[in-house]
Amino acid sequence: MADLAIDSQHGASGAHDEHATSTGLPNTKLAMWMFLASECMLFGALISTYVLYRGSSQTGPYPADVYDIPYTSVSSFVLLASSLTMVLALASAQKRDIVRMRLWLLATAMLGLTFVGGQVYEFTSFYDEGLSISTNLFGSTFYVLTGFHGVHVTVGILMLLSLVGFSTADRLPDDAAFPVEMVGLYWHFVDIVWIIIFTVVYLIPSPAPAPA
Amino acid sequence: MSDIETPFQQELGARDLADPREAEATHHEHPSAKEYIRIALILAVLTALEVATYYIDVGPLLVPTLFGLAVVKFALVVMWFMHLKFDSPTYARFFLMGLAGAATLYLIVLITFRVFLVE
Repeated sequence: MADLAIDSQHGASGAHDEHATSTGLPNTKLAMWMFLASECMLFGALISTYVLYRGSSQTGPYPADVYDIPYTSVSSFVLLASSLTMVLALASAQKRDIVRMRLWLLATAMLGLTFVGGQVYEFTSFYDEGLSISTNLFGSTFYVLTGFHGVHVTVGILMLLSLVGFSTADRLPDDAAFPVEMVGLYWHFVDIVWIIIFTVVYLIPSPAPAPA
Repeated sequence: MSDIETPFQQELGARDLADPREAEATHHEHPSAKEYIRIALILAVLTALEVATYYIDVGPLLVPTLFGLAVVKFALVVMWFMHLKFDSPTYARFFLMGLAGAATLYLIVLITFRVFLVE
């Protein structure tokens, strides 16, 4: 059998350097899925830690004292909407409609910024109510979990804005759909992680506080 | 490189070394914008149901209902927005490997620490 990966001529579109592979699938996309699989491990650890220490705090504030479910629900809708604008950006890229692709990418980045801004506001209000990362087990596990997620969203926003920048500078390959799809996979993953966090952290009520 | 095929290569044997673009093109087309909007609307309705469940007293059904809704939302995003329903099953295998590994490991950890024990 020939080498696992051999050089080949670029596609007819003259697009990015995608070599022939033994799987017949782009290695970049396989690597992205492997990366997302590894991210399941990371967020699995953080979510499990939160669940493990639920109701174990000896002092307040407790989740019921600080959570604002209507506010967080709006944030969840915003992140869900950003997933829609992301796939619409991909659909535009596949149709080679670059102007619409940029608009949808910018809309996705703006919705992401709204979500992160909402998270910063939420963290600030929780802190004002006396919940810091070192106040109790709830504070530690909550800030680490949602903070990691917020950092992931921020990285996603930077990637989206980079795509817009590269596109404006005409530095994207002719087939812009591929990089948009890769960034989109990451963005949707951040969304599915939030789906789990919203349910486990916010909606499922914590047990009564442990007696001191 | 040696002519001897590894088991992994044999598994892949049916496929020729090919341009990934062509291989991708053999799979179904991605959904249209209308279908994406339809899925987003379903996700919005499911999220609204989740929030409503939080406020309605459904007793012991609360946790299973919320988990069920979250799993459906998760699956919709992964299958439609991330295209696992339409792309090569190899991607799904890679992702499910990580997801199932994480779920198994952390469930064992939580069970070990008696998190699900109702006292």
